Amino acid sequence: MRFAEWNGFVAGKWTEDIDVRDFIQKNYTPYEGDSSFLVGPTERTNKVWDKAKQLLLEEIKKGIIDLDTDTVSGINAYKPGYLDKENEVIVGFQTDAPLKRIVNPWGGIRMAVNAARAYGYEVNPNMVEIFTKYRKTHNQGVFDAYTDEMKLARKTGVITGLPDAYGRGRIIGDYRRLPLYGADFLIEKKKEDKRNLNGAMTDDVIRLREELTEQIKALEELKEMAQSYGYDISRPAKDAKEAVQWLYFAYLAAIKQQNGAAMSLGRVSTFLDIYIERDLRNGAITEEEAQELIDQFVIKLRLARHLRTPEYNELFAGDPTWVTEAIGGMGLDGRTLVTKTSFRFLNTLINLGPAPEPNMTVLWSVDLPENFKKFCAEISIKTDSVQYENDDVMRPIFGDDYAIACCVSAMKVGKQMQFFGARANLAKALLYAINGGKDEVLKEQVGPKVELPEGEYLNYDDVMQKFEKMMAWLAELYVNTMNVIHYMHDKYAYESLQLALHDTNVERLMAFGIAGLSVAVDSLSAIKYARVKPIREDGVAVDFEIEGDYPKFGNDDDRVDKIAVEIVEKFINELRKHKTYRDAIHTLSVLTITSNVVYGKKTGSTPDGRKQGEPFAPGANPMHGRDINGALASLNSVAKIPYSSCMDGVSNTFSILPDALGKNMEDRISNLVAIMDGYFGQGAHHLNVNVLNREMLEDAMEHPEKYPSLTIRVSGYAVNFARLTREQQLEVIKRTFHERV
Amino acid sequence: MIKARVHSIETMGLVDGPGIRVVVFMQGCKLRCAYCHNPDTWDIKGGQEMTVDELINKVKRYKIYFQRSKGGVTLSGGDPLLQPEFVIDFFKRCKQEGIHTALDTSGYGIGKYDEILKWTDLVLLDVKHIDDIEHKKLTGADRHGFFEFLNAVKRDGTKLWIRHVVVPGITDGEEHIKKLAKFINTIPNVEKIELLPYHVHGVNKYKEMNIKYRLENVPPLDKDRLERLYEILNQNLTTQHAIVDKIAM
Repeated sequence: MRFAEWNGFVAGKWTEDIDVRDFIQKNYTPYEGDSSFLVGPTERTNKVWDKAKQLLLEEIKKGIIDLDTDTVSGINAYKPGYLDKENEVIVGFQTDAPLKRIVNPWGGIRMAVNAARAYGYEVNPNMVEIFTKYRKTHNQGVFDAYTDEMKLARKTGVITGLPDAYGRGRIIGDYRRLPLYGADFLIEKKKEDKRNLNGAMTDDVIRLREELTEQIKALEELKEMAQSYGYDISRPAKDAKEAVQWLYFAYLAAIKQQNGAAMSLGRVSTFLDIYIERDLRNGAITEEEAQELIDQFVIKLRLARHLRTPEYNELFAGDPTWVTEAIGGMGLDGRTLVTKTSFRFLNTLINLGPAPEPNMTVLWSVDLPENFKKFCAEISIKTDSVQYENDDVMRPIFGDDYAIACCVSAMKVGKQMQFFGARANLAKALLYAINGGKDEVLKEQVGPKVELPEGEYLNYDDVMQKFEKMMAWLAELYVNTMNVIHYMHDKYAYESLQLALHDTNVERLMAFGIAGLSVAVDSLSAIKYARVKPIREDGVAVDFEIEGDYPKFGNDDDRVDKIAVEIVEKFINELRKHKTYRDAIHTLSVLTITSNVVYGKKTGSTPDGRKQGEPFAPGANPMHGRDINGALASLNSVAKIPYSSCMDGVSNTFSILPDALGKNMEDRISNLVAIMDGYFGQGAHHLNVNVLNREMLEDAMEHPEKYPSLTIRVSGYAVNFARLTREQQLEVIKRTFHERV
Repeated sequence: MIKARVHSIETMGLVDGPGIRVVVFMQGCKLRCAYCHNPDTWDIKGGQEMTVDELINKVKRYKIYFQRSKGGVTLSGGDPLLQPEFVIDFFKRCKQEGIHTALDTSGYGIGKYDEILKWTDLVLLDVKHIDDIEHKKLTGADRHGFFEFLNAVKRDGTKLWIRHVVVPGITDGEEHIKKLAKFINTIPNVEKIELLPYHVHGVNKYKEMNIKYRLENVPPLDKDRLERLYEILNQNLTTQHAIVDKIAM
């Protein structure tokens, strides 16, 4: 063995080259037993968590705890910070104090300044001057290159949520590489890659050579950062405690350097389990100590923060960081990837109470061990803090060592990265088709000029044809806009640390998105099956009269569900026609997070009867109250949206009352397991599960202090209910609860 | 093709029989129970028309859920016994498809019971009241019809779950529950007994339909009280029947 730290491990390809998957496959211990081995938190964990909870309560009251306004963000920019040095088993904060936030000017100085001001802070004028006069930011670069059309599409909200003012995120460093290999080995490999990168100096080669230099520098900085906490990470981790600590340092460096919307963790639990198993076998640690490591690691992840503007929080409520951890799944060889540490991770939701972060994501397969399925269902029922994604549809595409970025975006860990790109508002695009390309709110020409539909009532074929034209225009504009953004992000806000933890020749995905799918689908169904008359003012339809009934998405009715399938397939095909930056692979998601509220606000009345300003349904969910045949019909409708067209994920949120799920805990668990097996068994992709009472949510709106840890799943992530805006709280409550009496 | 009048379909019924069930609420009911939470199903002419084919095609879509949960289809209402030909045809088709069939009823139909039960895997039988006079007050009918159906179920040996709605001040007396136990002890094919706590979720429908709600001031049943009544029920059942459902925790 190259390193003494590897003693006791089975050798393989991984001992010569960087190959974390091979290490896992050769060394992990699948676990098919039940949860009875789990233990509660240690006294030390309780002490640390009690202190953290006090800070968190204070943060909810104040908005933010503190902000370092003088320091430019960076891996090594801050002195070490502690919460309770004596009892912290895993150490490290982004700055020199817990919950104290970073100013990150690289993505955009304006956003940093505005965000600081929103909380009553002023960014140091020197920093502002440097990043305005002397050092260009990503944001400035993007706006230097944007066309007028791109700016207009952004303003009307037909394309929204573009990562053009802050970090793009959605990149998962393979943080496991640091504990497995140590920093020096990783640096050596990157230097070798750079040496081998010769020949004609084209743009691509020059850029990659520069990037590799940045990556090596980032790894050196990571070593220094760990040194400041008293750890030498140049070598591999020698035991479980070091493995957790090394891994956390790698992640910590990433969130000090970057403030991406989603900074996900990856798929670490089964990797860490190998170290824990080795220590348990050697008698070096007890189960209590094993759980303590995971509990304390999770406490740290719960305290990760970024500085956001109020506008950002309006889109993505509750200060999310999307520290997504993918748990479970099956291996390509048929063995389950569930280990005892998969249980230990979920057990933190019991030991520390429910919480939105880390974003616990169970990779569901109908072949998962029954005991694990039941345990997941039990944790969902008790905490509402888990989401589920279908390993059986992702594994054939991404293999068995992929993870989830943000909410629903799969990528091979360390081998693929994503260019994240918000979403196109298809409900609005449909209105453009009806309004000759004019925006229905601004009353300006935004899309291409097409003829207004003829006749008093809208004709399906006519509208559909115009809608296709509009989608073609939108897709081209969208790809081009994304190309500008990611060119500039690579140039001015490159994620050198995260990419240092990827293969040098990384595969790139470009993730497009759709919002308002169910609104567009129901609108087209109304036009097809009922009679829809636009009420026009100055040629623009400001409202619609609907005569008769029509089939609605969410009732397992093929007449309308096939329109949904048609739309996503058409849109991804249009996107694929256009060349992407760095030849990224086009992918598509149906995911809104909480932005369905804001998108709705910006969109006029639609032919389905939705009035101007009313929220869309989140993700791929049917519209509120229109799924009238119960939850399975609703699930079946969403399950029809093909993953092959939406490889960046199809998000569905499902809320049910405890009493409706079954008469006792045992029934509820087995029912929930069967629901998920049935839903995912049809090839559906994602499900958020909430088991809660409407009355409790209403009470929590009035008395937030009574529910400090009330967590609910919203599209693709979880939030602390108390941190939602009142508008978002109302929208969540309004959303269909499946509660037949 | 026989058509039924159907009120609505709940594709995810988790409390009306075993496993995950598609529950079909059918129109028409002879009783007028004071606590009924589906008054909109009383009228046999209400709802929408549906053929056996249409319904079976809908239900088949959920077989994947039934298989994994040992669930199936439940005909409820209203009272499905008022549309016997449809029930027979539909349940026959379900059995051909390998789908478990349950009939949620109060026992007040118009005959053909043996033929219906031939295709029924499980009967969820609602016992409204144990006392003749109180039964008439609560439902508007005497118990004659109920016994007629119960005798058919006994004769055919169909698996039976007994359900009983516990209303404060009407059916929540301890003596009353003892009598209920005694009655259940006389039925051989009971597999499970469920006490359903009275709730007020259906009251709004009365307002919408402009019908007077007779239990205006009756509060929902308290969970502790329900637990106590389950204890009493258990103590008074003969061993062979002491399979009482646990209540929600």
